[in-house]
Amino acid sequence: MTIERLFIANRGEIAVRIIRAARDLGITTIQAYSVADADMLAVKLADEAVCVGPAASKDSYLNIERIMNAIQATSADAVHPGYGFLAENPKFARAVEEAGIRFVGPSAATIERMGDKVAARQAAEAAGVPVVPGSNGRIETVDEAAVIAAEVGYPVMIKAAAGGGGRGIRVAEDEEQLRNLAPQARAEAEAAFGDGGLYLERAVRSPRHIEVQILGDGTNAVHCYERECSLQRRRQKVWEEAGADCLDEETRDSLCASAVALARSVGYRGAGTLEYLYDEASNEFFFIEMNTRIQVEHPISEMITGVDLVQEMIKVAGGAPLSMSQDQITRTGHAIEVRINAEDPMLQFMPWPGKLETMTIPEGEGIRFDHFLYEGYQIPPFYDSLLGKVIVHGVDRADAINKLKGALNDLELVGLKTTIPLHLALADDPEVQAGNFHTQWLEPWLAAGNLAAAATTGGGS
Amino acid sequence: MAVIQSPLPGIFYHKPTPEDPPFRLTGDDVAVGDTIGLVEVMKTFIEIKSEIPGKFEGYAIADGSPVTAGETLAELSD
Repeated sequence: MTIERLFIANRGEIAVRIIRAARDLGITTIQAYSVADADMLAVKLADEAVCVGPAASKDSYLNIERIMNAIQATSADAVHPGYGFLAENPKFARAVEEAGIRFVGPSAATIERMGDKVAARQAAEAAGVPVVPGSNGRIETVDEAAVIAAEVGYPVMIKAAAGGGGRGIRVAEDEEQLRNLAPQARAEAEAAFGDGGLYLERAVRSPRHIEVQILGDGTNAVHCYERECSLQRRRQKVWEEAGADCLDEETRDSLCASAVALARSVGYRGAGTLEYLYDEASNEFFFIEMNTRIQVEHPISEMITGVDLVQEMIKVAGGAPLSMSQDQITRTGHAIEVRINAEDPMLQFMPWPGKLETMTIPEGEGIRFDHFLYEGYQIPPFYDSLLGKVIVHGVDRADAINKLKGALNDLELVGLKTTIPLHLALADDPEVQAGNFHTQWLEPWLAAGNLAAAATTGGGS
Repeated sequence: MAVIQSPLPGIFYHKPTPEDPPFRLTGDDVAVGDTIGLVEVMKTFIEIKSEIPGKFEGYAIADGSPVTAGETLAELSD
């Protein structure tokens, strides 16, 4: 059974991306929108559109009942959840399944399992994937935590079993700190998630963030190589690359093979990402979590492999087997994506929901701009600040950085404040050019005033 | 009567979290720099601080409602 009518339960640039992918597959698109999004680009591009509620996300894009009503009222036979909102909500996936509609993603059971950090870690270990040394499951008492922390080795991270997005994470340097912090972490997890379950793991200092893109059809799984997303601010990725030049071939092969092993062991269907910490000094990688959805930075994997990840996830949701085998997926060159956010980088990244007056989009071979903008568009203040992504593909990393500079200089978004100056300054930074960074690099770089200095000197080259 | 306006568009909240009481009740004293509410703009919460002293006369719009830049959020009397 192939999909004929695809409902897009998301907004912004990813909704536009999904509409384009579905349209190329000959599928009718139905776009959900809130009252504040009636004039967004995805609504204009989709074949049909349906209002799902007021501006506030909790009353529209996050409201399962309203979204389900809209799906059924429009006779959709499949739903693409995008990223964020309900994309990794097992209740939503289950409601879709129970209505006899195809969910473009894994089963509700898989989302539930991989969304619980303890269960995901156990699945990884069972598939032979290295994990950060830590507790084998939940910890119930502070004394138990102290015993396990002594085995794992300090510093340790205390995490909420039900947490996400970095919430509820604390680092203890020694047992005294652990005994202070664990009860706080439990109380906070209980309040935030209704589940006070905790677990412990070794804190890896200054790691790189490396992730592997996988695709599965429920039986088979393949990888589309790795991405490095170490440049982060407040645990949000800012700049992403494919591949990770810090890896040697042998490490890359074992990393990607581990991701496929885990995907296969859980019968994964759709596009997914396994996130790892990479300790460059010891050349060790550790699985941290799996994202059971398409990711913001998926285009860089598409650039180096030529695989259309969004089309492929729609096809397997319709019941098709994967359209390629692992030996047909090759990597060519190097790709970089930077996130263009409606924020003023010179003013502590203050949100800037302005009106776009005129726009000039960079063009050329190996340059892609995924976005949801048009001239005259008023950016609504109610949602994420992501406006679009500049993606470049070069023969190697240095070529990609040069191409990125050119594309960023060509991109003009008149009327808005955006993170373009940040990316130009990063592209000019000698450490970034040398690839010498890790997940704790960008915030001190910003705090040291490097961005303001680059602006004063005109950004160098 | 003086007013406190929103510096940014977004969603206005009377309370620091849904479980907490409002920042101010009618009749409360307000000093310069006191936080009277939050505006959520693009997932960032901006504290709305009074630039004037006075007595709190109430919120001008409901908790959790959309606001535009320059819209009156609350009123103060001398």
